Amino acid sequence: MQELIDRLKELIADGTIVRAIGWKKGDMPYNPEPAYFTEAEDFDDFVYDGFCGANLSKMMIEAGKLEGKTAVCLKPCDTYSFNQLIREHRVNRENTYIIGVGCRGKLDIEKARKAGIKGIKSISGVEIEGDGDVVFDTIYGEKKMAYKDLMLDRCHVCKGKEHVIYDELIGQSQDTDDADRFEEVRKIEAMTPDERFAYFKTELSKCIRCNACRNVCPACSCRKCVFDNTKFDSQQKANVDSFEEKMFHIIRAFHVAGRCTDCGECSRVCPEGIPLHLFNRKFIKDIDDFYGEFQAGKDPEAQSPLTDFTFEDLEPKDAVGRGDK
Amino acid sequence: MYSISKNNLDSLYQAIAGSYDLFMPIKTAGQTNYGFWKDGDEGDIDTLKTVRSGKDAFFPQVEQLYKVSREFIPADVASGEDAEKAADTALRTKLNITPGKLVDQDFVIFGMRPCDVRAIEVMDNVFLADPVDSYYRSRREHGIVVALACHEPEESCFCTIFGVDPADPSKAKADVATWLVGDRLYWKPISEKGEALTAKISSVFEDAADAESKVEEEKAYIENIAKQLPNAELSLEGWGAGKTDERFDSKVWDKVYKGCLGCGTCTFVCPTCQCYDIKDYTTKDGIQRYRCWDSCMYSDFTLMAGGQNRQTQLQRFRQRFMHKLVYYPTNNDGMFMCVGCGRCVEKCPQSLNIVKVIKAFANEKEVSADV
Amino acid sequence: MCDCSNGRDILVPQVGVITGITQETPDVKTFRVNAPEGGKLFEHMPGQCAMVCIPGVSEGMFSITSSPTNKEYQEFSIKRCGLLTEQLHGLRVGDMVTVRGPYGNNFPVETEFKGKNLLFIAGGIGLAPLRSVINYCLDNRENYGRIDILYGSRSADDLVKLQEIQEVWMKAPNVNVYLTIDREQEGWDGHVGFVPTYLKEIGFSTDCIGIVCGPPIMIKFVLQGLKELGFKDEQIYTTLELRMKCGVGKCGRCNIGSKYVCKDGPVFRFDQIDELPNEY
Repeated sequence: MQELIDRLKELIADGTIVRAIGWKKGDMPYNPEPAYFTEAEDFDDFVYDGFCGANLSKMMIEAGKLEGKTAVCLKPCDTYSFNQLIREHRVNRENTYIIGVGCRGKLDIEKARKAGIKGIKSISGVEIEGDGDVVFDTIYGEKKMAYKDLMLDRCHVCKGKEHVIYDELIGQSQDTDDADRFEEVRKIEAMTPDERFAYFKTELSKCIRCNACRNVCPACSCRKCVFDNTKFDSQQKANVDSFEEKMFHIIRAFHVAGRCTDCGECSRVCPEGIPLHLFNRKFIKDIDDFYGEFQAGKDPEAQSPLTDFTFEDLEPKDAVGRGDK
Repeated sequence: MYSISKNNLDSLYQAIAGSYDLFMPIKTAGQTNYGFWKDGDEGDIDTLKTVRSGKDAFFPQVEQLYKVSREFIPADVASGEDAEKAADTALRTKLNITPGKLVDQDFVIFGMRPCDVRAIEVMDNVFLADPVDSYYRSRREHGIVVALACHEPEESCFCTIFGVDPADPSKAKADVATWLVGDRLYWKPISEKGEALTAKISSVFEDAADAESKVEEEKAYIENIAKQLPNAELSLEGWGAGKTDERFDSKVWDKVYKGCLGCGTCTFVCPTCQCYDIKDYTTKDGIQRYRCWDSCMYSDFTLMAGGQNRQTQLQRFRQRFMHKLVYYPTNNDGMFMCVGCGRCVEKCPQSLNIVKVIKAFANEKEVSADV
Repeated sequence: MCDCSNGRDILVPQVGVITGITQETPDVKTFRVNAPEGGKLFEHMPGQCAMVCIPGVSEGMFSITSSPTNKEYQEFSIKRCGLLTEQLHGLRVGDMVTVRGPYGNNFPVETEFKGKNLLFIAGGIGLAPLRSVINYCLDNRENYGRIDILYGSRSADDLVKLQEIQEVWMKAPNVNVYLTIDREQEGWDGHVGFVPTYLKEIGFSTDCIGIVCGPPIMIKFVLQGLKELGFKDEQIYTTLELRMKCGVGKCGRCNIGSKYVCKDGPVFRFDQIDELPNEY
C-alpha cells in the first residue's frame, strides 16, 4: 500500500497527474470510501486493503472531464469495466492514468455479520499482501474467519488477475477462483418455470427500488436513464404491483446484456442481498453458448455479438423455444 | 411482567395474529424485513437490524391515496344539440374520486427496537402537524407498538447520542416493552393499549418469578455494551437548531459527498426519512393516485419544467444531512431527525453515512483550531 | 389551510370544472374553474396557490390569479412549459380537473399592506399571483394608497391580461400603469426595454411597498434596482416557486433551510429570503 501511495504522490509531484481516485480510510475498519486525492496530506487517509471492493472505473466518466489527468486505481476485474466504458465512448482514455493494483479477493463484511460477528473494534489480516486469517477484535471477544470465507461471492469466480488495460502495475495478486462461474446459472436453468418464477419473485420482492444497483453499474452510464424519465410511467420509485417489481431488474438486465462484464457490483451493493448478477450471468452464458465465448471489456475493439450481425448467427427460434422446458 | 419461552414464540405470534394483523421482522430469502406475519413465516427477532426500518407500519413505501375513475357523459342529442357539439360532448368525461381506505382495525407492530420507536416520534412531528395526514394518523391510532430491547448492540449503533436507551424500551413511547434474555422473552405492558393487547393474549404467557431480576440484569448488560460502542461519544456540537449559517457554506461538504452515487439506499433504509412523491398509476378501471417514498438524493427530486434548485449531487447530499441535523431540529425544539440506528452505516454502497459527515465536520474544526 | 371539514384527507382533491378559457398570449391561457354544482371550490387569499391535476398526467402547484373578491369562480393563468401545462392547454370548456387547496401563505393585504402605497412589478407570467392582489386592492380601494403597476413582457403579444389592464386597472382611481416590452415591435408605441431598466428610469419613491414577481433573473435585477432607489429588504415582497408535491409541508421537495415554500411561502419578504440558504 505504501508503494502505491508513494507512487501516486510522485505522479502528482512530477505533473503526470493532477489527482488520483482511490479509497479513503473509513471510520470503521471495514468501510473505506471511494475518494479523490489531490494534496499530499489527502494521502494520509489513503487505504488499499481487502475491503476496497468498490469498482472505481465508473468514476472516470466524471473525472475524465476535469482539467488534467486523473489516476485511477483499478483491480484486475475493474479494468474490464474501464475497457467497456472506452468502447462506449464514456471515458476519456487520454485523461486517465490507470494504476493496476494487485488483488487477492475482496471482502464482504456481510459475511462476517452472517457468521454472527458484531461489535467490531478492529480487524487485522485484511492487508493487500498476506495469507493469514482475518481476526476481528470485538466487544464480544476475538473472532476469526478464513480470508476466503469472508470474500465476496464474485471473487470465487474471478475472471483472473490479469489487468486488461493499465499504464502501470503496482502490487501482487493471488488467484481466488475456486468455483464454477456458471454453476448458479445452471441450477436456475434446471428449475421448472414455476420454480424459477417463485425463486426470482421471492428474491425480487425484497427490492426497495433504491437504484443502488443501477447507479453503481458501469454499464448503466446513460445520461438519462429510462427509469428517470418523468414523461413516462416507467419512472417509478416504488413497486405499485407485484408484476412491476420484476420489470425494473429484467429491463435493466436486457439493457446491459452484451456489455456487462460481470463485475458483480450490483450484487455487492444491494442492501437486500438480491443476487442480481444472476440475470446478467444468464445472458453471458447464453451469449457464450449461442455466439461463441465472449467477455465484454476484454478487448475494447471487439464487437459485442449482440450489436453485430453475421450470417452464421443463431436464429431466434433456435435460441428460445417458446413454452419449452 | 409476563414471560414466554423463546421456543414458544410462534404461539405468541399466533395468539396476536388471532386478533390483530401482526407486523414484525420476518426472514425471507436470507434477509430480515418487517412484514405481516402469517402461519409458516419465519419470525426473526434475533436479528438486531431489519434491512428496512419499521416505518412501513405507519408510512408504507406505497399507499393508495385515492382512485379517480372517468365516467362518460352521453351526448344529449335529443335536446337538439348540433352534430358537432354532440360529438364534442361525447368525448366528455366526468371525474369520480374515491378516497383510499383508512386503517380502522388495531394492528400490532412487534419487535421494534427503541431507535425505531423514537423514529415514530420524529415522523409524528411531520405527519401529525397541522394539517394532519389522515392516512398516517389512522395507522398511528390503531398501531400497538411492542418494543424490544437490543440484546447485543452492534458497532454501527449510535442511538445513545440521541438519548435513546437500547436497554430499556419502557422508556420509549411504545405500548409494550420486551426483553429477549437467553431463552425467554419478558413482556411488560406500558400503555393502556399495551394492557389491552396483553389481556387478550395473556393465556400464552407463563409464570416467571425471576422476571424482574432477569430484566434488570439484562439492562445492565446492554448498558455496559452501549458504553463501549465506537460511536458512543460522538459529539453533535455545531449541529442542531439554528446552525444553518455555520454549516451550509462549509467546504467540508465538497469533500464528504464525493463518493455519493445518488442512489436512495440511505433514504429507504432510514427510519426517519419521510419525504414522499405522489404519482399516478393508470389501470384499466381508473387512475390510482398513490404516495411512495422518495429520496432527496435522487436527481429528479426537485426537477421542474423550468429547471431545479438543487442541481448538483453536493447540494442534494448536503440537503439530506442539513435536514436531519439542522433544519428539522430548528422546527422541532432541537429534536434531531436521526435516531442512530446505523442502517446507513451498514448499507451505503459507497460507505458514506451520517456518522462520517458528523466526524468530518468535527475533524475540520480541530484542524482550524490547530492553525 | 385546506378544507378538511368534510373528512377528506388533505391530499384528496375536489373535482373542478373548466367553465371558461381565455387565450392570453401565444403560450398562456387563463382557466376559469368552478365546482361541478356551481360556485367556487373554496375561499382563498391573494397569493395563495392550489394543486391542479389532470388525473393520469400530473399535478402541479399554480397561483390563483383571480381575486378573493370574485365571488363566482377561481382563475389560473398557466403558461405552457412542461408536460402538465401542455396537457392543460389541450383542455376545453366543460372538461374536469381535480383541484386541492388553497395552499400557502398570502400577501399581507389585511395587515402590512393596509393604508400603504403599493408598487407592483411583474414580468411575463409573473403577473399571475400579483393580479390577485391588485384586484383585491382595487375592490377595497379605500384601504390602500397610491398603486403603481410596472409590467413587462417579451413582446406586446406576451402581455398577460392586457384587456383587463387597459380597461380596468388604467381607469381605476390613483393607479398608474407602466407597460414595457423587451424589443421594438410594430404597432407598439409604448415603452421598450427591460423591466429593471425601466424601473430605474421611472425612479419610484420609497414611500411604498414593492411587490415583485417574474423570472428569477428579472427578480434579481429588479431587487438591485429597488435597492439603488433606496428600498429596504423589509419593504419588498416576492413569491418563490419550487417543485411541490404535497402542498402541506410534508413531502420535503420544496424545503429550503427550515422553511417549506408550499406552507411557509410562497410569499416572502426579502429580508426573510436573505435568511434562507442560497438554494432557491
